[in-house]
Amino acid sequence: MRKSFDLEGLDCANCAAKLEAAIRALTGVTDVSISFLTQKMVLEADDAVFEKVLKQAEALMKDLEDDVEICR
Amino acid sequence: MLMKLKKQMYKVVAAIFLFAISFVFSNEYLSLSFLGGSYLLAGWPVVRKAFRNMRRGHLFDENFLMAVATFGAIALRQYSEAAGVMLFYQIGELFQAYAVAKSRRSISALMDIRPDYANVKRGGEVCSVSPEKVVVGDIIIVKPGEKIPLDGLIVKGYSLVDTAAITGESVPRELVVGDMVDSGCVVVSGLLEIEVRKPYGDSTVAKILNLVETSASKKAKTEQFITRFARYYTPLVVVSAILLAVIPPLCGWSEWRDWIYRALTFLVISCPCALVISIPLSFFGGIGAASRYGILVKGGDYLQALADVKTVVFDKTGTLTKGTFRVVQVKSMGMSEHELLELAACAGVFSSHPVSQSIRKAFTGDVCEQDVVEFTEIAGQGITSIVRGRKVAVGNNKLMASEGIEPEDVMLAGTLSHVAVDGVYAGWIAIADEIKADAAIAIQELKKLGVQRTVMLSGDRKTAAESVAKAVGIDIVCSELLPQHKVEQLETLMTCYSGRLAYVGDGINDAPVLARADIGVAMGGVGTDAAVEASDVVLMTDEPMKLATAVKISRRTLNVVKQNIVFALGIKFGVLGLGAWGMATMWEAVFADVGVSVIAILNALRVLYFRNKDRLIHNSSVQKHRQ
Repeated sequence: MRKSFDLEGLDCANCAAKLEAAIRALTGVTDVSISFLTQKMVLEADDAVFEKVLKQAEALMKDLEDDVEICR
Repeated sequence: MLMKLKKQMYKVVAAIFLFAISFVFSNEYLSLSFLGGSYLLAGWPVVRKAFRNMRRGHLFDENFLMAVATFGAIALRQYSEAAGVMLFYQIGELFQAYAVAKSRRSISALMDIRPDYANVKRGGEVCSVSPEKVVVGDIIIVKPGEKIPLDGLIVKGYSLVDTAAITGESVPRELVVGDMVDSGCVVVSGLLEIEVRKPYGDSTVAKILNLVETSASKKAKTEQFITRFARYYTPLVVVSAILLAVIPPLCGWSEWRDWIYRALTFLVISCPCALVISIPLSFFGGIGAASRYGILVKGGDYLQALADVKTVVFDKTGTLTKGTFRVVQVKSMGMSEHELLELAACAGVFSSHPVSQSIRKAFTGDVCEQDVVEFTEIAGQGITSIVRGRKVAVGNNKLMASEGIEPEDVMLAGTLSHVAVDGVYAGWIAIADEIKADAAIAIQELKKLGVQRTVMLSGDRKTAAESVAKAVGIDIVCSELLPQHKVEQLETLMTCYSGRLAYVGDGINDAPVLARADIGVAMGGVGTDAAVEASDVVLMTDEPMKLATAVKISRRTLNVVKQNIVFALGIKFGVLGLGAWGMATMWEAVFADVGVSVIAILNALRVLYFRNKDRLIHNSSVQKHRQ
C-alpha cells in the first residue's frame, strides 16, 4: 500500500533527510520519501504491516524531531 | 507556519538590536549582559534542542553542534563570536524558512486551479456546491471570471476561455455549444452552461494536482546523491574537528586554545544545509516552472533525465501531425465513388479511429448503425464488417493481404485505405493528415539543444511516413509498424544508441511504448488515464515544441544545481582548509554555513522564474481574469 501523509512542523531540510533515512530502515517499508518542500511523506509498505510501520515511523519522528507530526 | 515565522523574526530582530547595543558600552559587564541576552534570545531554541538530542544520543544533530561551537567560544572568552554565530545561524534559518514558504506559495499559486465551488442547476434553481458533490450529467453554470470546476460539454452559451492555467497557452480559446471544456480553465467573456461529463476525482484539475503533489516524491539522482553525501559530511567534519583539537597540541604545536578555536570553526560549518535544501528546491522550482508552460513533469528524476536526452522518438499521427484526417481522393472500381464511400463509412460506423471518422465525415448521406453487423477492428490493419449482407473490409495492405486480396499499388503521400467488398477489390480512399505548424521548428530546436537523432515511428505506409519525416526533418523513419511492434522497435533503438531516449506519443494506443522509454512523454493533456499512468512527462497542449521547452527548463535546473554544489562545497571546504591553518575565524565559518545557504537558495529560486525567451507568456492577463 502506498499512502501520502501531510506533515506538520517539519522545518529543516536536513531533518527531513534524516527522518527519511531512519524510516527507510524500518522492516516492512518498501519505499518512503519525505519532501521538505511539500511537507509530505509518501510511505509504501506491505499491507499487512502498514499500520504497524506507520506507528513505528511516528515513534521515530518523536525520537528524532519531536516537533514533527503526521496529520491523520 | 507564517505566524511562527513572524514570531521568530521579532526575536531575531530584537537579538540583533541587543547585539549592536553591546558594542556601544565600554563597560565589560554591561556589554556582556547585552551579548548574553542576544545569545539567549536567538539561540535558546537551538540550545534546548541540543540538550534534548544529546540526551537521546543524537550527537551529529546540527543544533547540538551549533551549541557545542558557541559554548566552546564562550569558554574561550570569544563572547561576541558566540553570540554572533548563533545570531547569524538563526537569521539564516529564518531566511531559509521564508524562502521555502515563499517558493512553496508561488508554486501553489501556479497550481491555483483547484475550484472551490460549482454552481449546479437543479430543479430550476441554481445552488453552489463543492465540486466533489456534482454528479455526471448535472448542468453547471460558470460565470465570467470563474474557474470551470469540472470537465464537461458546453450545452448553452458562448465564451472566450482562458486555458493558460492548464495548457500554458496565453491566447484565450473561443468555445461554443458542443465543445468540450477542461476544468481549471477560466471563463472570460460569456456565461456558460456545461453538462458535466466526469466526476471531480477524474477531472483534469484533480489529475494535475495529484501529479504535481506526488512529483516531489520521485527524487532526482543528484538529490539522492546529496542526501547520501550529507550523511557522511557531518560526521566527517566533526571527527576532523576533534582530531584538530586534540592531536596538534599533543604533539606540542602551538597552544590548546588555538587549536580548539580552529576546531570550533569546523563545527560551525558542519551542517550540509545549503546543499540539502537548495538542490530539492531547484528541482521543485524546475517542476513548477515547467507546469507554468503546461508541461507536467512527474518527478525530479525525469526532469534531470530530460537534460541528457540524445534520441527523441516521435509517434507520427497526433504527435507530429494533427491527427485530423481528411479524405482527399477516392477511386472506385466496379461501383460509384459515392457507393464506395457509403460502404466504407458504414463499415467503420463503430470505429473511433481517425481514419474511419474522416471517411464518415466525407460521406454526405446518412450512415445507419442498424445496417452493420459483425464489426471487427484489427489494430494496425483496419476494419471488417458486414453491411447490409455484404462483407466489407477497409484497411491497409496488411488487411488486404490477410483477406487474400491484391490491392492496387498507389504512390501517394497520404494514408491509403483500400476497400474490398465480398472479397473483391473495390478501390481506395486517400486520406491526408496535416503536419503540425510547430513540428519542424520543434525538431530544429531539439537538434540545437544537442539531441543527436530524431526518429519517427508510424503504423502508416512507407511513402506516407517518409513524406512527413522529410517535411519536418526527422532522421530515421520506421514505418508500417503494428502497435505491438513499436515497443520492439523502441527497444532496438535503445540498445543501438547510447544516451537517454525520450518517446513522444499521444498515448492513445502507445501506452506500453511510453512506459518502456527512458522518458515517456504523453501529449495532449491528461486525456487518457493509461497515457498519464504510463508517461513521465505530460504535455498539456499538443505542441511538440513544448518538449524543447521542457529540455531547456531541465538544463537550466541542472545548471543551477551544479552551480550550487560547486559553490557550496567550494566555500565550505575552502573555509575548512583556512580554518585548519588558523586563517579563518568564526565569522568566516558562519558565512560558509549560513551565507552559502542563503545564496544557494536565492540561486535555486531563479529556476522557478524561468522564462522561455522564444515565446513569452503573459501571465498578467491571466492574473487579471482571476481577480
